[in-house]
Parts: sequence; C-alpha cells; structure tokens
Amino acid sequence: MNTHLPASAGVGFKNEHFDAIIATKPKLGFFEVHAENYMGEGGPAHARLAALRRDYALSIHGVGLSIGAHGPLDREHLHRLKALCDRYAPESFSEHLAWSTHDTAFLNDLLPLPYNDETLALVCDHIDEVQDVLGRRMLLENPSTYLLFADSTLQETQFLREVASRTGCGLLLDVNNVFVSAVNHGTNALDYLADFPLDRVGEIHLGGHDEETLPTGAPLLIDAHGSPVADPVWALYAHVVAATGPLPTLIEWDNDVPPWPELMAEAARADAILHPEMLHARAS
Amino acid sequence: MPALRESQDAFAAALFSGALPGNVTAVNPEEAQRRFAVYRNNVMVGLTKALATRFPVVERLVGEDFFRACAREFVLRHPPRSRLLMRYGESFPDFLAAFGPAKTLPYLPDVARIEVARGEAYHAADASPLGPDVLAQAAEAGAEDLRLSLHPSLRIVSSAHPAFTIWSMNQPGRTPTRIADWRAETALVLRPRMSVLVEAIAPARTAFLTRIQERGLLSEALEAGLAQDPEFDPGTAIAWIFATGLVVAVN
Repeated sequence: MNTHLPASAGVGFKNEHFDAIIATKPKLGFFEVHAENYMGEGGPAHARLAALRRDYALSIHGVGLSIGAHGPLDREHLHRLKALCDRYAPESFSEHLAWSTHDTAFLNDLLPLPYNDETLALVCDHIDEVQDVLGRRMLLENPSTYLLFADSTLQETQFLREVASRTGCGLLLDVNNVFVSAVNHGTNALDYLADFPLDRVGEIHLGGHDEETLPTGAPLLIDAHGSPVADPVWALYAHVVAATGPLPTLIEWDNDVPPWPELMAEAARADAILHPEMLHARAS
Repeated sequence: MPALRESQDAFAAALFSGALPGNVTAVNPEEAQRRFAVYRNNVMVGLTKALATRFPVVERLVGEDFFRACAREFVLRHPPRSRLLMRYGESFPDFLAAFGPAKTLPYLPDVARIEVARGEAYHAADASPLGPDVLAQAAEAGAEDLRLSLHPSLRIVSSAHPAFTIWSMNQPGRTPTRIADWRAETALVLRPRMSVLVEAIAPARTAFLTRIQERGLLSEALEAGLAQDPEFDPGTAIAWIFATGLVVAVN
C-alpha cells in the first residue's frame, strides 16, 4: 500500500551504471535514489535523474531527515524534500526509523532509538508532519540494529505497527535488516516477520551484509550494502512474498558497486521469486 | 522530552569517545562495547570517505595514511553541519592551513580550495552559455556599454603557489614532475554544461573576470585587465569569455 511502484524488481541507481542503462534501456520495475544526492541546484546529477525519470518509475529514499531525533524536524530539509518530490513526482517516498542528526551536527549514519511511548509519540508526530508537508503518504523503513536499549518497552514490530496505524504511513520492509538484527540480537527472523504488519508493506529492500565474529564467538552482522544478497535473506524474502504476493522490491548495492549485468542478475533473481509464472511462461 | 534528549546526547557523545551510553546493552552485555563500535566506525569511515572523495588530489599529495589521520581530526573538530554530504569539507582547506603536520606543504590548502570549487561547480545551478553574437545584437540595439552575467558555476581560486599546476599534474594517470617555475597561479573552475573545467588564467584575465563578477561594466572590466598587463588584448579576452562558456546573460 501507499506506493505506486510496480510490483517488480528495481535497483538503486549508481552513476557508474548510467551509460549502460541509457544504452540498453533494460526492463526494470523502478530506480531508487537517495534524496540528499539530488539536493544540489543543477548539474549532471539532476540531468541523469531527469533522463532516468523519462523512462522509469522512481522511488525517492531519504537518508537525512532524522525522523527519530528528539526536537523538531528540520523544516528546511523537509522543504528541500518537498521540492524534490514536486520536481520528479516519484511513485514513492520513503525514510528510515532512525536518527542521524544531533544538535547542529549531521552524523551521517542511521542511528537506533529505544522503542517506548515517548519515542512512539515523537516518531508519529514527525511522520504526520512529513506527510502534511509532502502532501503524500510515505513509507517508513525498519532499521538494522546492533544494540538493544534498556529503556525499550515495545518490540520493533509493535512499534512499527502502531506508527503505521496512527499516521497512516506505509512500511518499507528491509528483509536484510530483519536478518541482520535477528542474528545480532539472537532472535528468530521468522518470528519477527510473523509479527510484522505485512499488510502495510509498500516496498521491500534486499541488500548484502558483512559478517564478523566477536571475541565471544558471537556473530556480528553489519548492514554494508557491498555484496550480493545472502542466501538466508533470499529465503526470508521468498517467505514474505508467499504471504504478501508481489511487492516492489529493491536491490540495494551502494558500496563496491558491481558491473551493471551483475546488479541486473540480482534484480532478475528477485523477479523470479515475485513472478515465477513468468519464468514458466518463458521456458515453455 | 528530557529522557530521549539525554539518551541521544549520550549516544552522540559516545560516537566520538570511548564511553558507552548508559541505556545501551546487548543480548550478551559484555559485547555491547564491540557492537556499539559499529556505529562509531560507520560515522568515522563514512565521513572520512566523503572527504577522500571530495579531495582526491590532497589525498594523493599526502598519502592515504596521512590523509585518513588528518580527515579524522577534521571530522572530530568539524562534524558536518549540513545533511547534504556534497557540501561537507568546505572548511577543510582552512583546517589544512592551520594543521601543524601539514605545514611543510604550504600549497596544500589552495589545492584543496580548487577541489572545493570543483564540487561546488559540479552541483551549481544550470545556465546556458551565450555565443559572442549577443554582443553584436546588443550593439545594434544601441547599447553603449554592457554588463555581463557570468555562469553560476564560476569559481576563481587564487594562490601564492602554483596550486593549479600541482592539482593538474596529480590527476589520475599523470605523473608529477619538478616545477621549475614556482610562482603564484589563479585557477578558473567552471561547469558551462555538464563537465567541470579547471584551467589556469593569467593575472590580467583574472582582473578582467573579477570586475565583471563584481557587476562592473564591460568597459571597466577591460580597463582592469589593461591596468594589470599592458599586453592584455580586449578583443581576445572577449572572444575567450564567450568561447569558454562564461557568459550567460548580457544587459
């Protein structure tokens, strides 16, 4: 819900792929871009995005709004987002359940917040404001987390369900984040998904993670977006799609960006799970 | 909302120190410090990488290790004030100028200023450069003297050192050589269409362009060029500003 993206696979747009995309005009559900990379006044960034927009559906994904930070939202940033959405009329706008600013500093990471009544009220207020200013519903993404908070009183799934129900926003389900957090907190990703309000999901994210081992022997997964989607994440994704039906699905690959065909192969793998009937149709 | 504010104060402070915020834990609490370090690392690596992307020539001049240490120091003292990472590092040249360990490379801040200007020009507003025919049209329309508007991407970086030559010979694929003629240089940075151009300009052309930028009349700008260098040729200079794509309006 809350998205007009096609229910097929899309990819995160990277500048180094632009020539290959324009030369081959591949069939692809949509492109997703980070809003903040297009907040300059002009130049090649806007020229490329405008060219992509002519042929493809677009998702604008913010990484700097800092919805989970205490205090008011940055109105100036919110209005920059509005200008960007007005200019490119994306099929979807999404942001994160996280904070990334503190006082006047921008910390450039998606930091976690405790889940309790105080943060629930704050996040709901902020999302109401975003949706008011943008004049559209947004999708809120579940984070990957490495820590727990002693002052959390709600499960993340409860928190997200409550936010969606109070604000009317949709959810962006990042399946890799679900897996990363579950491993980091020693919980079961399937339990998380069983409790997730899947009827609110407007888009799915899939990406790669890094794995380290702590001195205690425990695994530490890091949401790095620099490698292919891991097999257990594909399995969880198939599990979700079996429950929800086809949903717009993004392959996120932001670091050590692969050659274009490799990224397209990941998107094709997602499409095969979303639309198995099309594979059969092609084979027969 | 005091509780969240305090908790985020502590979290943000802990990103740049060894302390752990009081409300942070992990399934195995003894792992909390190591798990928290992921955030510390994300913040520091993300910001130092953003600087390395914006200042590739500074990085090449000082080497990766020195650059990382110096970028780290900059991040600690000057975390970004803007959510637009494309703007981060505007004050990096001034930081380098005051950074003790970089004092042996007095040209480094100016090379960094060229790199700042390149980033600004890249994202500057679009405008279409005009051809020289607009001057003839203006003359036909009876204009006595003109004011020219220059492209919004234009940046002029003046250095007491050969900063342009150093920047230029440290581009990918080039091998720096000894600079025989060590002298002051001015670099023009411009994005007339979709590519950023960086070139050295002579003092007379710098004076000429600066006067136009200050909204002086074309005749005054030409006088400023001549005052700088009696060899300055007005016809060639006017042809040059149009051919380079500097002029976007004539009035």
